[in-house]
Amino acid sequence: MLILECPYCGVMADETDLHGGGEAHLKRFGPGSSDDDFETYLFHRANPKGVHFERWRHVSGCGKWFHAARNTMTLEVYGTYSAQTYEPPKAIINAVKKKHPEWEGYE
Amino acid sequence: MSTRLAKGGRLIDRTKPKNFTFNGKRMKGYDGDTLAAALLGEDQMLVGRSFKYHRPRGIVASGAEEPNALVNMGQGGRFEPNQRVTTTELFDGLTCTSQNHWPSLEFDVGVVNNYAARFLPAGFYYKTFMAPAPAWKHVFEPIIRKSAGLGKVPTEADVDRYEHFYHHTDVLVIGGGVAGLAAALAAGRSGAKVLVMEQTHHWGGRAPVDGGEIDGQTPDDWITATLAELEGMDNVTLRTRMMGAGVYDHGYALGYERVADHTPGDDRPRHRLWRIRAKQIVTATGAIERPLSFAGNDIPGVMLASAVRDYAVNWGVSVGDRTVVVTNNDDAYRTALVLKEAGLDVPVILDARDHSNGPLAEAARAAGIRVEVGKAIAKVNGGKRVTGVSICSQAGEGSAVEDIACDAVAMSGGWSPVVHLWSHCGGKLIWDDKQSHFRPDPDRAPTGHDGQSFVVTAGAASGAMSLADVLSDAYAAGQQAAKAAGGKAVRKAGPKADPEATQPMAPVWIMPQGAGHQKRMKMWLDYQNDVKVSDVQLAAREGYESVEHTKRYTTLGMATDQGKLSNINGLAILSDALGQPIPATGTTTFRPPYTPISFGAIVGEARHELFQPIRRTPMHKWHEDAGAYMEPVGHWRRPYCYAKPGETNEQAVHREVLNTREKLGLLDASTLGKLIVKGPDAGKFMDMMYTNMMSNLAVGKCRYGLMCSENGFLSDDGVVARIDEDTWLCHTTSGGADHIYAWMEEWLQTEWWDWKVYVANVTEQLAQVAVVGPNARKLLEKLGGMDVSKDALAFMQWKDGKIGEFDARVYRISFSGELSYEIAVPASQGRAFWDKLLEAGEEFGVMPYGTECLHIMRAEKGFIMIGDETDGTVIPQDLGLNWAISKKKEDFLGKRAQQRSHMSDPDRWKLVGLETLDGSVLPDGAYAVEDGENQYGHRNMIGRVTSTYYSPTLKKGIAMGLVKHGPDRMGDVLSFPTVDGSNTEIKARICDPVFFDKDGEKQNV
Amino acid sequence: MSNAVSALQGALYKGYCTVEEAGLVGMITLRGDLSSDAIAKAVKAATGAEMPGQGKITEGAKGRAGWMSPDELLLIVDHAAAPKVVEAASKSLADEHSLIVNVSDARAVFRVKGAACREVIAKLSPADTAVMQPGMLRRTRVAQIPAAFYLEDDQTAVLVCFRSVAQYAFDLLADAARDGGEVGV
Repeated sequence: MLILECPYCGVMADETDLHGGGEAHLKRFGPGSSDDDFETYLFHRANPKGVHFERWRHVSGCGKWFHAARNTMTLEVYGTYSAQTYEPPKAIINAVKKKHPEWEGYE
Repeated sequence: MSTRLAKGGRLIDRTKPKNFTFNGKRMKGYDGDTLAAALLGEDQMLVGRSFKYHRPRGIVASGAEEPNALVNMGQGGRFEPNQRVTTTELFDGLTCTSQNHWPSLEFDVGVVNNYAARFLPAGFYYKTFMAPAPAWKHVFEPIIRKSAGLGKVPTEADVDRYEHFYHHTDVLVIGGGVAGLAAALAAGRSGAKVLVMEQTHHWGGRAPVDGGEIDGQTPDDWITATLAELEGMDNVTLRTRMMGAGVYDHGYALGYERVADHTPGDDRPRHRLWRIRAKQIVTATGAIERPLSFAGNDIPGVMLASAVRDYAVNWGVSVGDRTVVVTNNDDAYRTALVLKEAGLDVPVILDARDHSNGPLAEAARAAGIRVEVGKAIAKVNGGKRVTGVSICSQAGEGSAVEDIACDAVAMSGGWSPVVHLWSHCGGKLIWDDKQSHFRPDPDRAPTGHDGQSFVVTAGAASGAMSLADVLSDAYAAGQQAAKAAGGKAVRKAGPKADPEATQPMAPVWIMPQGAGHQKRMKMWLDYQNDVKVSDVQLAAREGYESVEHTKRYTTLGMATDQGKLSNINGLAILSDALGQPIPATGTTTFRPPYTPISFGAIVGEARHELFQPIRRTPMHKWHEDAGAYMEPVGHWRRPYCYAKPGETNEQAVHREVLNTREKLGLLDASTLGKLIVKGPDAGKFMDMMYTNMMSNLAVGKCRYGLMCSENGFLSDDGVVARIDEDTWLCHTTSGGADHIYAWMEEWLQTEWWDWKVYVANVTEQLAQVAVVGPNARKLLEKLGGMDVSKDALAFMQWKDGKIGEFDARVYRISFSGELSYEIAVPASQGRAFWDKLLEAGEEFGVMPYGTECLHIMRAEKGFIMIGDETDGTVIPQDLGLNWAISKKKEDFLGKRAQQRSHMSDPDRWKLVGLETLDGSVLPDGAYAVEDGENQYGHRNMIGRVTSTYYSPTLKKGIAMGLVKHGPDRMGDVLSFPTVDGSNTEIKARICDPVFFDKDGEKQNV
Repeated sequence: MSNAVSALQGALYKGYCTVEEAGLVGMITLRGDLSSDAIAKAVKAATGAEMPGQGKITEGAKGRAGWMSPDELLLIVDHAAAPKVVEAASKSLADEHSLIVNVSDARAVFRVKGAACREVIAKLSPADTAVMQPGMLRRTRVAQIPAAFYLEDDQTAVLVCFRSVAQYAFDLLADAARDGGEVGV
């Protein structure tokens, strides 16, 4: 049972107050996109053992979506941040790198 | 025999006797007894039969590790099987019965399995599955059925109540022995918020039984003083009767509080499950003594040495008059000394080590007790009770050198730290050669959300085995946890005890070490599941090298006690058989809960009315009072129909349809989702959400809209109203409101966050009533208020104003094909409005109608229903809704997906109407077939029924379905095989899905 | 309007805490840029209260203003006044991207009174009720439904949920407050 800090409310929210939304930072492909791009957008999801960027919604709280950088093995949370960004902020990247110098980085 | 001693018993109050019954026999114990102590006090050594061989079994332990002594507890609504007598507090009026025997505990037919034991070795069940089927049916299954099962299943509903409690703390200390108290002291002194839980109802654990001095005081005195100090701290909470059931991710832990097990019927919650978030967890869970593996080690009267000691010291109970002590360590000598002190006989101490010269051994000799070194038990004599032991050399093969009469055996194979809670969330173990046990590896602790360790062990749970080590380890653990949880540094020194000299224990996994097969077949490892040394060795011979496989093959450690006594001994036997050191074998996985917890505690308050939330509209009570038959729609309950006395539900539905079509019907439509979308970019947003163009909807107008998921499938529908220049109101399906609201928020927050749009879910702000039928306008005109004439409020328009005295928003929309107004009023006035409509509508023949009537009327009109015509794989094009899919828009959710090749495949099944040739009603979900078979040998399927009803209006069955090339096959007759076993087919003709008033003449009046 | 009734019409339960449905309460959802002066002014005009910070609820002469999310406030006013407040705020914020809706009837409001009011809610919600003080607002869940709660004073917790689940919420709170269930932490 995870606890994640909602970056909007500032509360450490219990997993039962949250709703998981899968991989973060997906790029939407709409009409005009190639079949391959659209397939990737719709169906392909990273499932890493280790550092992962996820979407969560503080569903019983402020109702806002946010992102979490999390380790799927150790469950360590490197940080949570606004969902309104195309890639993880520098501070989050640095927090991961500090723990895992060998990590190849985001994308 | 076991009996109550004339004096002693630090936990009992002899002035408060308690009466109870066991198998109907009246017995007496004292306040402070466990049921186990009370049974032993009444010489009830035999308490049950084992699972597989039905061997007679007695109490082995004195705590949570007990494998044998499980009973059926209580009666009626408080009956519960498999309750451990060692962890059950005695109370007046307790009733219990023994389990797993027939016809009686003393004489059990199932014991025949015992004599067949050689034919029921490990893997018996797996091997049996390979036998020919008749053997399985006639031979094996009857035997297994006879031997399966422990307690009885309750037959009545649980009468007790249960609850949860969420608690947040800096430091959680699990275990209230001297280690837990020392850790709590350190944490409490740091100012951190501390919760301490102890599974029994008394503090201090084993220390008062084992003796010694803490800071110059007896353990009892130190415990009293320490509790007083802890109770004086505002930041410390102390709870007894509360077990640490499990440790989970990110500092989550479960505490299982047995609030009222010992006071049944006092109206308190029976159990309370504490759902705890702790920054740091200290597990001061102690250690469990291991049995020794010798022939006949399961005969009632053979007990753990520490348990024998506990019964004497804590409850003043003697397990036997003559107790042989057998050990591989110093600790068991304490038991001999306690028994001697109590005036009981200890004929011999058998020490498997080749010498014995520690201070405790010397004390035993000084007390006049015979000590034999290098000796072992060759076998225990007796059946339902120990009568004696045969002695042999530990080094040999078991030739008896002497028989000694006794009525109890106290055994000790060393101690294993209780590492369960440490291990639940990933804490790793290390093998300690000196103590021959696994203990927590402090360098590989469970880690939390911040990547830091959040569990620390204290005392015996760390592997500290002397009082001095326990105290220093535990106090340091408390300090460490408090510091990590943000407490201030603690300067005050912790409690101390003098170091004591001990002689190292010697690992003894089998007794004697050269025992042959006959003996090994009588050495029990897992008492409850009847797993013997020979079974584990067989598993190893048959190739089960992984400990996890051996566990499942032999069922070692899979009983309700989860192998608390058996696992380490079993591992050692397996390692020996595999010729590898124990750490190379490793342990099985420790999983929560530590001991079984009640389903009631897990469920908490969620029973009966509170099982799940039921959503009620403002008119809900009226529907119930009117005798409506309610059906679930999401969490809502909606009237399905309102049957009158003497009417079936079906008759009521038909009446409601005809009355609405001919006169006037009222539908409580309050459950329909209502979302407000507002902002400068709201039009752009609406165009993305809906397949239709919504940005060009005129203010004051309504439009039916469709919503699709990104993979193109139809997900929701409803009527959208344009409220003003930058505001739209979206109706959703009843079940879809929350989901669609969340769907809109998700896109606004995560994809188009620069768009200026706000959404609000006002579903419950408004009560909504559909006023439907030829007399609808008459009713509204009678109530007065706004002009609802055709010219003032045309079809697919809406208007704000008054209906009678009510502030209302009126939508001229129709889901029935009739003249229809959907009227929204504030929810607080919903019931009053409903009452007013019924009262005023009487002269126009008003009747309320339910959801089934709504379904039939919409099906007569060929309107689709989300969840009937759609199932998550259907696109709007399949339903002939192309008119609602904008071709002008560059993009909307689902548009790209609908361009994929499979979505535009002309072979997709498409919506048509279906009418049976004989006018009957097609079965719901029936499939249409054509000639030929598919690759699996099934008949080729070309379509299926999605909605099917008897139409009271048309007086025949009508249906809709999805059919391959359906719209191109108008008039064709399809075959629908029945599944009622009659092997018949129903013939139905493909037709237009609009069965009634195709030109809409009834609604446009 | 005389026809207006709350979901449970003031239902009352007395256990070791008292649970009481608060009757009709005016509630307004205000969405907008909470850093804007115009919105602060509108909040002040509606309730007399200052703009609440993250996780806070403020009190004024005419009502309260609670922080619901970074772009949403809950204004608590007299039930009868709510439509007029919506009208006035909508007018004053006409030039501001905002959404103001009356949600008075979409809600049910309960008061849990007693020294153990935090404890009663802690049986149902994963939020840390022990740290809650008057002036704080917490959105969370109680058992299986979303809810928000705040303290009017140290012995009075106010819990807000959706109207349709009012009976469920009342039954939950009553069950939690039942005599004999005292946790005593």
